[in-house]
Amino acid sequence: MSGQTLFFTLFALGACLGAIAVVVSQSVIRMAFWLIISLGSTAALFFLVDADFVGAVQLMIYVGGTLVLLVFAVMLTSSGPYLKIDTSPGETVLAGMVALLFLFMVVVTQLGVDWDESNERIATAVGIDREVAAFDSGSEGNTLRTIGMSLLGLRPDLGVATASKPHTGYLLPFEIVSVHLLVVLIGASYLARAKRRRDS
Amino acid sequence: MDPTLSKYLMIGAVLFVCGVICMATKRNAIGILMGVELVLNGANVNLVAFSHYTTLGIDGQIYSLFVIVLAAAEAAIALAIALNFYNNHLTIDVDRANKLKG
Repeated sequence: MSGQTLFFTLFALGACLGAIAVVVSQSVIRMAFWLIISLGSTAALFFLVDADFVGAVQLMIYVGGTLVLLVFAVMLTSSGPYLKIDTSPGETVLAGMVALLFLFMVVVTQLGVDWDESNERIATAVGIDREVAAFDSGSEGNTLRTIGMSLLGLRPDLGVATASKPHTGYLLPFEIVSVHLLVVLIGASYLARAKRRRDS
Repeated sequence: MDPTLSKYLMIGAVLFVCGVICMATKRNAIGILMGVELVLNGANVNLVAFSHYTTLGIDGQIYSLFVIVLAAAEAAIALAIALNFYNNHLTIDVDRANKLKG
């Protein structure tokens, strides 16, 4: 058993069991803990497929940012009446059955597709030069420069652009997301500002 | 159990289904938010796996970065709404959010 296989098995189990534990556990703080396990294992899975920048961003933003935000929200909202919010057992059984059916459907659909063959078809239809466009394992663990230039609208990973076949970068989505984040920041601070309670 | 594209897609499927069930069954608004995070994360696993195992190149990773950023923004707004809801109703139980019911 090679190291990659071992780590893949470990982190795949971590991601899946963590996600299942999020659904099963009733306490919100425990759910947050299992979510950290699941998201951290997913970040490790990203590292295993050479997506080092995405894995690092996942660790920083999800585990370091979003989860801390969630835990703060739990602390701010868990006092007072109606503290225990449980799902009824009947609903749990029903949800489990629906989940198994849903998972069965997705997995059967996914196994029914020949991904290599569809990949060939897409590559020929779009006209991707396979040698250039394929994820370069030679620059393994070095996706940062490519991603950064793509966000600026340049595509060094696609080779030389021609007038008939220009490359599409991600400058416009990047700008939209920046403005979106600013709007979200203002909106969140506006919504969460301290107010007097209406019904107390 | 060597890592293949199919196994990554299955992990994504498990995360997605867990997130959907979490959204459907939890009555705590923050639990529902965690379900949303799981669903988005399952999509991210698929995107990054396709980026590595097919010829689609780096695009999958960039899309997953956008998904992560939008998920963080969504979490911030949704938590602000949850705090507001708690301030008005003194609970976080979404079953009690029935003021707009006719």
